[in-house]
Amino acid sequence: MSSTTAMEVNIEARRILAVSISKLYASRTQRGGLRLHRSLLLSLVMKSARDIYHSSRESEALSGAQSTPEEPMDTSSTPELPERQPAPLSEKNSSETAVEESDNKVEDYDLDTTEDKENLSPARQSRKRRGKASAAPDFLPNKRARLEPGEERYAAPLTSCRVGAGESLAILSLNQIIPAF
Amino acid sequence: KTIKLWKISERDKRPEGYNLKEEDGRYRDPNTVTTLRVPVLRPMDLMVEASPRRVFANAHTYHINSISVNSDHETYLSADDLRINLWHLEITDRSFNIVDIKPANMEELTEVITAAEFHPDQCNTFVYSSSKGTIRLCDMRASALCDQHTKMFEEPEDPNNRSFFSEIISSISDVKFSHSGRYMMTRDYLSVKIWDLNMETRPVETYQVHEYLRSKLCSLYENDCIFDKFECCWNGNDSVVMTGSYNNFFRMFDRDYRQDVTFEASRENSKPRSVLKPRKISTGGKRKKDEISVDSLDFNKKILHTAWHPLDNIIAVATTNNLYIFQDKLN
Repeated sequence: MSSTTAMEVNIEARRILAVSISKLYASRTQRGGLRLHRSLLLSLVMKSARDIYHSSRESEALSGAQSTPEEPMDTSSTPELPERQPAPLSEKNSSETAVEESDNKVEDYDLDTTEDKENLSPARQSRKRRGKASAAPDFLPNKRARLEPGEERYAAPLTSCRVGAGESLAILSLNQIIPAF
Repeated sequence: KTIKLWKISERDKRPEGYNLKEEDGRYRDPNTVTTLRVPVLRPMDLMVEASPRRVFANAHTYHINSISVNSDHETYLSADDLRINLWHLEITDRSFNIVDIKPANMEELTEVITAAEFHPDQCNTFVYSSSKGTIRLCDMRASALCDQHTKMFEEPEDPNNRSFFSEIISSISDVKFSHSGRYMMTRDYLSVKIWDLNMETRPVETYQVHEYLRSKLCSLYENDCIFDKFECCWNGNDSVVMTGSYNNFFRMFDRDYRQDVTFEASRENSKPRSVLKPRKISTGGKRKKDEISVDSLDFNKKILHTAWHPLDNIIAVATTNNLYIFQDKLN
């Protein structure tokens, strides 16, 4: 993939992610209650966009970009996205409970913006686990809040985490990232 | 999340000439009655009445997407996003759960049930479709909980058509058995597929409803049209299938003659006794006269629901606010 088309795909993927997030947010206030099917489809689109975004970034990096592949959360690149708070997606994880309950979950998390990729295991990589809560936009702050105190619960060698830009960010599952915004 | 059974009846006569009541319903003073008469039935303007006969409640946690009455005329199924329940028409306070795809951890959810239907003849067989584009056929004789399907119908994805929206457009919005019971039809966002129940690997026929929308999926995602759930239907002898589209268009596919036609349901085109003119959408650069360009399609005018009379060539087509009934040209 040439770097221009990778860039176009990149922009497209980010735009689709932004649209998806606004739809998820809007669906919270919609009448008729949580629409499970629609939320699931939205999360699948987001995952698709995320995967394509990462693979286009990889090919950008491979085709001669200077920046290191392991870039931390690039919060400056899309300033409009972090403004979309609070998290509509946490409610998908508890679709039978009230929306207010998931609001409380959001407030409990503290913003942890430090990168801690070493402690994240590829076992939680979402490639196979195509759950609803698995798209992780990398331009949002990294939230580790859902990790248990003992992070070693997923036993995997630390070195295997360093698998490239796309993979390491794919490890973070949506249920970690999304509740924070 | 509640199911109600209604009786629909027509009334075109009413009794007149009661002895103890005036015509407006007020009671007459019995002392003023000097003669007796027998009330007679007089014609009146046709009135259609619906009265609820059964209420089946509290069995669904998620939004119900399908109801299907069994060929035994005693039971029916209702399906929501994650579960299918079996009811008896006479018993309103209990149902049996026959399919449950809810994962233990909702974060692991990957697909939902989108439609379900009983087989037209075999009262033990039903199918349900999923948001992933698969159809599962289940036999209730195999076990009480039909989580293990008897057959699974799935077509492998065409890798050339992969896009951000591949999952959404492969989600099945409707599944209908043919009258013969040999085939079933599924509708996804862009196509109609006919499956032979004996072959699980791919459909036997695929018809493109509005392929010109494939390049517009991003806009259709933004305006939410990509989530529209179109239905489909068979004609009485299973030779033609019909489904709706945008701009108040509906499409018919003749399976025997391999022809398809597009019609529009609108007031201007539908004076009584006038014949519907086939419409054409111009997909290429040049637009011929009478063709409609894709960009001028009105995506707010959509036909989601269509029905075909089981015996005659009479169809019902629902636009947003109107119901159209069309029939074969009378000679």
